[in-house]
Amino acid sequence: MESIGVLMTCPPPDAYLVEQLEKRFTLYKFHSIPDKAHFLNSNKASIRAVVGSASAGADAQLIHQLPNLEIVSSFSVGLDKIDLAKCKERGIRVTYTPDVLTDDVADLAIGLMLAVLRRLCQSDRYVRSGQWKKGDFKLTTKFTGKSVGIIGLGRIGLAIAKRAEAFRCPISYYTRTEKSDGVLINIGRGPHVDEPELVSALVEGRLGGAGLDVFQDEPIVPEELFGLENVVLLPHVGSGTMETRKEMADLVIGNLEAHFLNRPLLTPVL
Amino acid sequence: MAMIPGTKNKMERNNINPQDLTMASDANQECFPSNDDLPTVLLHRLPSFNSPLKEILQPHFHLLDPADSPEPATSFLSSHAKSVRALVCIYNTPLSAETLSLLPSLEFIVATSAGVDHIDLEECRGRGIIMTNASKAFAEDAADYAVALLIDVCRRISTADRYVRAGLWQVNRDYPLGFKLGRKRVGIVGLGRIGFEVGKRLEAFGCSIAYNSRQKKPSIPFSYHANVVDLAEDNDALILCCPLTEQTHHIINRQVLEALGKEGVIINVGRGGLIDEELLVKFLSRGDIAGAGLDVFENEPDVPREVFELDNVVLSPHRAIFTPESLEALNELVFTNLKAFFSNKPLQSVFKIEGKDYPVM
Repeated sequence: MESIGVLMTCPPPDAYLVEQLEKRFTLYKFHSIPDKAHFLNSNKASIRAVVGSASAGADAQLIHQLPNLEIVSSFSVGLDKIDLAKCKERGIRVTYTPDVLTDDVADLAIGLMLAVLRRLCQSDRYVRSGQWKKGDFKLTTKFTGKSVGIIGLGRIGLAIAKRAEAFRCPISYYTRTEKSDGVLINIGRGPHVDEPELVSALVEGRLGGAGLDVFQDEPIVPEELFGLENVVLLPHVGSGTMETRKEMADLVIGNLEAHFLNRPLLTPVL
Repeated sequence: MAMIPGTKNKMERNNINPQDLTMASDANQECFPSNDDLPTVLLHRLPSFNSPLKEILQPHFHLLDPADSPEPATSFLSSHAKSVRALVCIYNTPLSAETLSLLPSLEFIVATSAGVDHIDLEECRGRGIIMTNASKAFAEDAADYAVALLIDVCRRISTADRYVRAGLWQVNRDYPLGFKLGRKRVGIVGLGRIGFEVGKRLEAFGCSIAYNSRQKKPSIPFSYHANVVDLAEDNDALILCCPLTEQTHHIINRQVLEALGKEGVIINVGRGGLIDEELLVKFLSRGDIAGAGLDVFENEPDVPREVFELDNVVLSPHRAIFTPESLEALNELVFTNLKAFFSNKPLQSVFKIEGKDYPVM
């Protein structure tokens, strides 16, 4: 399979993944190629697979430029960076990495809720900066028993609900109310939320707090958020554990191998 | 007297007539039962410790507050407290054998914290004094906090937040990976109320739960280990939820840390003295354990400087139970227990003092 060209359209998300791809295929790292147009022109015929992630996948334009593209294997469970309609039209297979990252993302969602309500990051800063010697940190808000609203009741939403129930949190699905003591957690995708509106709601105190793992234009994070103590900001680490990234990489590789060996795909979308 | 917001409804559910409490807010002194009719309760506190409990208890008990008197404490107690049967210990005001000797009629101590290491337990046990603590009021918040610290250490939440705020994510897209929480084997040291709540929560994350406690608890389906070294050997994370006593001082020692191993994590929401802190810092600095989440320290508010350099440690200024919800629950618990004591009814959140071993709750 070494002659099969695989185009990685995202910045390499994981060293193990890159290593495994390079062992089996001819891997092109699109992100670091200076003259992309020239490159595509010269190499398009050999590219039969694309590997994407949450940051970049395969849009209509790219798909159009790859006449021999057969499969898009995404290192993510989110599919927003892939033009699925175009893939369907062209008969291009698409795979993703569901289930293996469900627990990690749900764990992080609860971790963010706890971190925001109990001001964990701020407390940590309070100790490190020597302020504890001058006085006690303030009271924070209890998490157990608080009502939790989950938008999106897929695998991840259900896993979050299961955990929240252990904290006696009444669960409701889909709420769209502005609450001055409400906390928003986003472990989905940045564009789910109107980011400028979120920022002004937080700055103006119309929203009680936020735990954000994803942003509209990663890695850019609105600087107005840096000064807020009721906000926790993470660099898209929802699935960021050694164990899960390996399982995701194995799925990406497994799907590609299955395709090129004419076996059933492991986790197909299309 | 100000009513604590939300207290009224809770008290109605507990069959406490809110009229009993609101009576005091009527300024009509003639309706006030005389102090002679009210049971006497001694408020034991450092002068700097002001607690809303004084206001809450005042209309219902004859309160003695030596900290408020110009008289020195020992002479105050000698003159006024000989027949006192009940004492409320505010926060961690030390309660020594010496003070206890001035209270010959004392039968009941209400502690207002979960930890009672500031009270001479041996002396209390010898005199058969009953003690209640705040565990029932605090257990959920303490458990939430222990879980919060564990997730933070495993998933590097505080470190990552610092990283983003410093603008580093734009410079370097890669952020070091954390460790999966689910399927981690968690060992709880001390399966009292707090330990149990921790176990219950972590089970929902897919963790397997084991524990060490002075006695096995057959009704609880977690895996029992007879000692902390075995617990450390068999688990990936240790969560300390036990009281600090002579027996449990430095229960986390070299042997335990070595058994926990290089990938082990330790979370402490108990007391700093449970861990040999100097040794823990060495283990963390050398990478001989993977990380720690610490809400308590041996010499608060002093924290060993070496941990400030470390990214795998989450530090917290002893705040696990400090929410308005817990503090309100505490006030209710204290009131309820005092009423129960004086009417010979059952008490809640009893702290069993058992010999020189650390107690079972």
